Amino acid sequence: MGRVKVLAAMSGGVDSAVAAARAVEAGHDVVGVHLALSRMPGTLRTGSRGCCTIEDSMDAQRAANIIGIPYYVWDFSERFKLDVVDDFIAEYSAGRTPNPCMRCNERIKFAALLEKALDLGFDAVCTGHYAAIVTDADGNRELHRASAWAKDQSYVLGVLTAEQLAHAMFPLGATPSKAEVRAEAAARGLSVANKPDSHDICFIPDGDTRGWLAERVGTATGDIVDREGNRLGTHEGAHAYTVGQRKGLNVGYPSPDGRPRFVLEVRPKENEVVVGPREALDIAEIAGSRFTWAGMPPADPGTPFACEVQIRAHADPVPAVASVTGGELVVRPEVPLNGVAPGQTAVVYVGTRVLGQTTIDRTVSAVPV
Amino acid sequence: MPVYLDHAATTPMRPEAIAAYTEAMGVVGNPSSIHSQGQQAKRMLEEARESIAGTLGADPIEVVFTSGGTEAVNLAVKGMYWARADGGRRPRILVPGGEHHATLDTVEWLERSEGAQPSWLPLDAEGRIVVPEAVDGERTALLTFLAVNNEVGTVQPIAALAAAARAAGVPVHVDAVAAYGHLPLDFRALGVDALSVSAHKIGGPVGIGALVLSRASTVVPLIHGGGQQRQVRSGTQDVAAAVSFAVAARAAESERAEETARLTALRDRLIRGVRAAVPEAVLSGPEPGSAERVASNAHFTFPGAQGDSLLFLLDMAGVSVSTGSACQAGIPEPSHVLLAMGRTEEEARSALRFTLGRTSTEADVDALLAALPSAYAQAARAGLADRPSRLR
Repeated sequence: MGRVKVLAAMSGGVDSAVAAARAVEAGHDVVGVHLALSRMPGTLRTGSRGCCTIEDSMDAQRAANIIGIPYYVWDFSERFKLDVVDDFIAEYSAGRTPNPCMRCNERIKFAALLEKALDLGFDAVCTGHYAAIVTDADGNRELHRASAWAKDQSYVLGVLTAEQLAHAMFPLGATPSKAEVRAEAAARGLSVANKPDSHDICFIPDGDTRGWLAERVGTATGDIVDREGNRLGTHEGAHAYTVGQRKGLNVGYPSPDGRPRFVLEVRPKENEVVVGPREALDIAEIAGSRFTWAGMPPADPGTPFACEVQIRAHADPVPAVASVTGGELVVRPEVPLNGVAPGQTAVVYVGTRVLGQTTIDRTVSAVPV
Repeated sequence: MPVYLDHAATTPMRPEAIAAYTEAMGVVGNPSSIHSQGQQAKRMLEEARESIAGTLGADPIEVVFTSGGTEAVNLAVKGMYWARADGGRRPRILVPGGEHHATLDTVEWLERSEGAQPSWLPLDAEGRIVVPEAVDGERTALLTFLAVNNEVGTVQPIAALAAAARAAGVPVHVDAVAAYGHLPLDFRALGVDALSVSAHKIGGPVGIGALVLSRASTVVPLIHGGGQQRQVRSGTQDVAAAVSFAVAARAAESERAEETARLTALRDRLIRGVRAAVPEAVLSGPEPGSAERVASNAHFTFPGAQGDSLLFLLDMAGVSVSTGSACQAGIPEPSHVLLAMGRTEEEARSALRFTLGRTSTEADVDALLAALPSAYAQAARAGLADRPSRLR
C-alpha cells in the first residue's frame, strides 16, 4: 500500500501498539482507536487479563500519545454483545463449541469497525495480529501464516473474506518472535512493553468459562449415556462439557473394558452427554455449510484438492483433501482428527496460505458404532 | 491552533489569573499558622474569599473552598443528606433526571449504600425541570438541581423550585457550576441553602471550587482533619488557587453583562449557521431569543449520525467540540439529559454540544460552519452503530 489513512485498533496491549507504530513509520496517516466492548467498563485489571478494562483503554491512549497519533474510543459494546457474547451463549446452549475471538474478528474488528472506518474516510484497519498479507502476481491479496509460527494467528483470521482482507493491515506478520516485538516496544518507549499477554476470553475476566455459562444458561442435571443409550451417570449441566473431555465425568464405575471414557457428543435438546472410548473421538470427515474463502477461491472447488486443515488456534495442521459438495465444504483429513466439536472452525491452508474456513456443522466418525 | 468550542468542559485561564496564581505560589505561609507569615497568607486567602462571596451575593463565612465543583456537589448532597436523613425518617432526595454526573452518581451511591430514596423530577421537552406541585417536608432530606443544564443549556426556574422546597421546610442545593459567570447569582435572593461553583469554568485554575453554605445549614463533612473552614472542609487551604480564583471571579462578574450580549450574538450566529448548513439538525433546549437558554451553549442532535463520529471528523478538521459531558473511559454514552427530555436513544447518541467563551470569535464559529456539512454527510454515511453489517 502507498500512503493511506489507517485506523489502528489498539487494545492496550503490546502487539497492537507496535503495529500502530510500524504503520506510522511506514508513512501512513494513522489514528488510534480503542474499542469499548464491555457494557460495564468500570473494572480495573485483575489477576486474569481482559481486554475491556479502564486500564487497557488508558494503556492504549498512553501508547498512542507516545507514538504521536490521535486516539479515540469507539463504542461497539452493543454489537459485541449481540454478535459475540450472545452468540457464544447460544452456541454453547446448542451443544457447540464456538471461538469468540474468531467471531469478534469476523463481526466486530473487520466488519462493524472496518465499515465505520471506511465510511469515515479511512482506507484500512491495522491490528497487532501475527499474520501476513501477500499480494499475488495479479494483485489479489492472500492471507498467510506469520513468520513467527509459535505466535501465528492466521487461524483466528481465517474468517476474513477478500473484501475484508483488501482493507486489513497486519504489520507484525514478518516479525520473527514476540520477544522482538517486546524489545521494539521497549526501544520505542512504550510502557506496555512488558505487559502480560491476554489468553482468556475477554468477556470472562476471571477465566471461569463454566461458571460464567452456568450463570447464564442455568444448570439442569441430566444423563450421561454411552453410545448405545445406556445411562451411566448424572451431569450438572450439559454446557459444562466439551467434546474430547475426560475429566469430571463422575461416571461411578469403570467401562466394561476398563478403559477411560471421553465426551463424544453433547445433546442440549435431550440434555444428554454421550461418552465412549477414545477411538470414537477419531473423525474421518468434517463438513460445514457456513464456509468462506480468504481471498481468491480455488479455481474449481468442486474437484477435491490437497490442503491442510487446522481445527483449533493452537492445533497442528493435518494433511487433508477438501472439496465443495452439496453446498458444504467437506474436509477429509489423511489421518483421523481427534476431538472435533461442531461449532469449531476448520481453517484450510495450502502451504502457508489460508485458503478459507468453515464452521463445522457435522462430523463423521472414523469408527462407526 | 484548533478552534476551541468546548468552553463548558473548561475555558482558557485568564492571563491575570495565571499571573496572580504564579505570584501567590511564591508566598510562604500556611494560613492556619499563627506567625506573621501565616497571617499574611491568611489575609490573601480571606481577601479572595471576600471577592468570591461578593460575586455571589454571599457572606465570606459562607464560602467553603473545595477541590472543585464535583467535591462541592458531593459535600452538599451527601453532607445535607447525612445531616437531615435522621436515621431514615427523611430518606427522600428530590433530584431531576438530567443532572450532571457529580450529582447523579452521588445520589445513586446514597441510594445503594445509605438507604436514600431518590425522587426523580422530570424534565420537559426543552430540558426544563418540572417544578413539583407538593413536597413532602416530613420525608424529604433535600432538593438539589442544576441552575443551568450543562449539556443543553436550559436555564432552570431556580426561584420557583427553591420556593416549592422552602414552603415544605426542605433545604435546597443549587449546582451553579454551569451558570457561574453567565447568570446573575445572588445567594441570598435565590433563597437557597447551598450553591456550588468551580473556578476553571470562569477562567480560573482547575483544582478549586466552592460550596456556598448558609450559616444556618448543617452538613456532615466528607473530609475530617484540622477543622479548617467551619469544620466543614478540613485540609490546608490553597491560598494561591483561591487568589487566582478570586481574580477570575471578579473579572467574570465585571464583564458579565457585556460578555453575555456578545456571546448571545455569537451563539445565535452559530445556531443560524448550523441550521443553514445542516437543515436536518435539531436544536435541543430553548430557542435562541428566549432568556431560558444560556448565552454560551448551542446543542444539536444530528439525525442518522453518531455524535462520536461527528466529533472525530470535526477534530480531524481542527474543531474541538463535545458529545456532552466528558466521562472517564472516553466512551461516548447516549446523553442521559436528552433521554430525560423524552428523546430516543438514537437521538441521544447523535448529539453535539458547542460551547462558547471569552476567547470565542466569529472566525471560530465560521470555521465550525465550514467543516460541519461534509462531516455530517460522512458521519451520516457511517450511520448508527446497530445497523446491519454490509461486509458480513
